[in-house]
Amino acid sequence: MAPLLQVQGLAVSRGGRRAVEGVDFTLSSGQALILRGPNGIGKTTLLRTVAGLQPAAAGRVEADPDAIAYAAHADGLKAALTVTENLEFWRLVFGGPPIAAAIEAMDLGALVERPAAMLSAGQKRRLGLARLLVTGRKVWVLDEPTVSLDAGSVALFADAVRRHLAGGGAALMATHIDLGLPEAQVLDLGPFRAAGEPVRSRAPASFDEAFG
Amino acid sequence: MIALLMRDLRLATRAGGGFGLGLAFFLIVCTLVPFGVGPQGGTLALIAPGILWVGALLACLLSLDRIFALDWEDGSLDLLATAPLPLEGAVLVKAAAHWITTGLPLVAAAPVFGILLHLPGAAQPWLVAALALGTPALSMLGAFGAALTVGLRRGGLLMSLLVLPLYVPTLIFGAEAVRRGAAGGDGTTPLVLLAGITMAVLAAIPFAAAGALRVNLR
Repeated sequence: MAPLLQVQGLAVSRGGRRAVEGVDFTLSSGQALILRGPNGIGKTTLLRTVAGLQPAAAGRVEADPDAIAYAAHADGLKAALTVTENLEFWRLVFGGPPIAAAIEAMDLGALVERPAAMLSAGQKRRLGLARLLVTGRKVWVLDEPTVSLDAGSVALFADAVRRHLAGGGAALMATHIDLGLPEAQVLDLGPFRAAGEPVRSRAPASFDEAFG
Repeated sequence: MIALLMRDLRLATRAGGGFGLGLAFFLIVCTLVPFGVGPQGGTLALIAPGILWVGALLACLLSLDRIFALDWEDGSLDLLATAPLPLEGAVLVKAAAHWITTGLPLVAAAPVFGILLHLPGAAQPWLVAALALGTPALSMLGAFGAALTVGLRRGGLLMSLLVLPLYVPTLIFGAEAVRRGAAGGDGTTPLVLLAGITMAVLAAIPFAAAGALRVNLR
């Protein structure tokens, strides 16, 4: 079976400086990969590159762009809209499955009529993760998905990931905590740190990044 | 795309959405001018087309930075960029939502403001037609400016400097159509040119704005 996501010799740069280089991995249906590494090594940049939000400095990312659902620190929620309205909007944009299952999976049933502005940080996070479920996409690319979640919610999230994997999906995550997903592989980005020299160029630091 | 349009309209009409701010600003401009210029009907009628158009321009500018800035802050823009919807389509929809919440009320209320400024009755249909044809271009060009400056701290002023010069052709032909109408003449020629500008802007700018957004999201 063809892998859902294949990354070969990937290098990413941020602010004109190479962050990591030579990263290779493959994700097939049912697999999860957790990225680890110290702060600032380039986990977020790598994930944004995989999600297609910025170009790779070198190497290749092979994936169907319509298979990837990206979730980062900001959840893309509108404070003035209720939980249901927020979810329903993303479901319509992505054309995914009905929102009821996502609400149940993230235990948001009691909050559906509440505006997102009234949610706590952890509840917002749960709503942001519920959004992943309504995209109906196969590859989840998650940047620190468990920030501000309590232990119970982390377990809910781990269950959701497990169901997603069992349903033929795949997940790529950057996280520092143990999710209780023993089947997930771990990739430490430490060894891939780019050699210190910043890329020399006559253009301003971020010029190539912006227009290259 | 319809979902995005409905969401933006809903957000604009909820608390803190800013719906009607542009209209209120327009009203204040149109009431202040007679105080400043004096109540002589002749003078007011002479400058009314220009004042109405400049007022509409500024009212439109007020809410431009909201087009993308809010979506950028809460991460929605990242998610929209990875959504199946093409970013060009998202730009077009967001500009349309801006026009419906800002431009359309101006078009509807313009005759009342025309009376405030002693605009001759013969010019009223021309004013409404010119605003209806010209304001979509204002929203679309504004979306381009907002896309260029999204993510900049206090990008609003820079955006005004970028966008206002682009409004010049619309202002010239829009005001000219009203002026000819006020003089009892036929404003069809400037009106057609105005429509042409709007068409060109609607056709080309979504691509430019989406390109600017992609660069800013990196």
